[in-house]
Amino acid sequence: MGKIVAISMNTFRESIRDRVLYSLIVFSFLMLAFSILLANITIGDPIKIVKDFGLAVISLFGVLITIFVGIGLLYKEMERRTIYVILSKPITRWQFLLGKYLGLSITLAVEVFIMTFAFFCLCFYYENIISWELLKAIVPIFFELLLILSIAIVFSSFSSTFLSGLFTLSIFVIGHFTQDIKILAASNESLFFKKLSQVIYYILPNLENLNFKARVVHNLPLPYKEIFFSILYSVVYSIFLLVLAIIIFNRRNFP
Amino acid sequence: MNALAIRTNGLYKTYRTGFLHKKFLALNNLNLEVKQGEILGYLGPNGAGKTTTFKIILDLIRPEKGEVYIWGKRAYGSSYRQEIGFLPDNPYFYDYLTPLESLDFYGKLFNFKKSERIERSRELLLWVGLDNFKDRQLRKFSRGMLQRLGVAQALINNPKILILDEPMLGLDPMGRRELRDIIIKCKENGKTVIFSTHILSDVEMICDRAAIIFNGTVHDVVSVEKTLETEIQFYEVIYANTTGKHELIRFKEYKDAMEGVENINKQGLKMISFNPHRMNLEDIFIKQAEGRINRWGK
Ligand SMILES: Nc1ncnc2c1ncn2[C@@H]1O[C@H](COP(=O)(O)OP(=O)(O)O)[C@@H](O)[C@H]1O
Ligand SMILES: [Mg+2]
Repeated sequence: MGKIVAISMNTFRESIRDRVLYSLIVFSFLMLAFSILLANITIGDPIKIVKDFGLAVISLFGVLITIFVGIGLLYKEMERRTIYVILSKPITRWQFLLGKYLGLSITLAVEVFIMTFAFFCLCFYYENIISWELLKAIVPIFFELLLILSIAIVFSSFSSTFLSGLFTLSIFVIGHFTQDIKILAASNESLFFKKLSQVIYYILPNLENLNFKARVVHNLPLPYKEIFFSILYSVVYSIFLLVLAIIIFNRRNFP
Repeated sequence: MNALAIRTNGLYKTYRTGFLHKKFLALNNLNLEVKQGEILGYLGPNGAGKTTTFKIILDLIRPEKGEVYIWGKRAYGSSYRQEIGFLPDNPYFYDYLTPLESLDFYGKLFNFKKSERIERSRELLLWVGLDNFKDRQLRKFSRGMLQRLGVAQALINNPKILILDEPMLGLDPMGRRELRDIIIKCKENGKTVIFSTHILSDVEMICDRAAIIFNGTVHDVVSVEKTLETEIQFYEVIYANTTGKHELIRFKEYKDAMEGVENINKQGLKMISFNPHRMNLEDIFIKQAEGRINRWGK
């Protein structure tokens, strides 16, 4: 356990020195500021627009950070060959991978916390109250990021940075449209595409499960039980992916 | 009786390279034995398979066939690395850490206590000559300094077995000498050391034995001391001829050589040098290399 903690703290330390991380966070702040402008020039309830846009920013930039920083760090470890020294110590490969995952999770938690803080300040400026109910959307976003991080780790355990990033991003996008894929499957004539769409629907994560943004912003009923099961779904899915990543990582060579 | 610190048994490793995944046999039935307490030089030209051997010993690379034994036991899992220190070739570290922080981090991977880590790190940095730079970020380190840190991290666990891949690379003459001293000191402390190199003099100076590898196979293991003590092979006489140009004559026997020298003196020519030539590692190495080339020729 101490070894996993050592790896994860080192990973966290490394990630917060990453320029990409800072650029993305700064850019997300700019986007939040932009939502003020957007609220002024768009017809509709400004606070709803700010909240809608803010949640989207947290989610999107969270995903970008997950993909760029997550894949970047794992890749760097192998490309810069720092991994040789680590794996020559009495540490197993699963301990290494889990340490990396935990370290990056901490980075994501910090990043989501910072963005949420800025976002709350913005909403406070409009409403003069702290909109705690936004957390009902933000906490699931965080778990979605953890899920995407596990996807990124699976891909980077065997493929190049560019492909890993591309694959992960594709799964993120498709993962938000699995419902449509299911509908597509039902309506399609060709048996092949029907089967293919069904396979995609059942294998890929349904990320819309974790999307409560609209319901939170528009104050629609949202039982805690539903949030709980969505999070449970993402945790189980993430664990499954991590096991897969460890199996792949365990078999590979480091030439 | 001498126990074996490391033994590899019939290692085969193929790499697939290029777009077409062409097969390349990097290790071909590689057998290597490292005896307890010795310094073994792993000698071979670039691309012979030295790095591949080391990576297989540490389980960074998996062979298609063959096994690795550490102290007679099959290398398995991660705990066997508890008592091994490894310096990869061209070692890299996290460049935002300082040497002290790096060693502390690697110490954590052995579950060492904090006080233990600090004490050991300071001691090692002093030993490899980095104590003046212990708080400087590694991004500002030269190749040779990184190499020194590499040696320090390999020793962080006070290992019984030390495996160094091209440890002299990137070091200045002073650094090479210090490293030789460190290796000898390690031996005196009862450690077993194996290091790879393609520089013969390093091996001649400090090794007990040398294993010579070509094309993925260990072809010869020689005792360095015995090799250097072998009898004189021939005598080299160099003199300046009438036009002043230097000429070389080789004599098999001492008597003939002395006659040659007398002749040179009689003719009033100038003697330049008289060298008894002993068999050295270079000759063995070149003989092995020629053997390989001949075999290819057929
Ligand atoms: N990752 C790799 N992919 C393809 N070929 C490799 C790889 N690593 C090493 N080789 C080849 O295997 C041979 C042995 O390499 P190596 O063990 O690094 O030799 P050495 O350390 O003795 O210089 C070389 O011919 C090298 O080109
Ligand atoms: Mg090498």
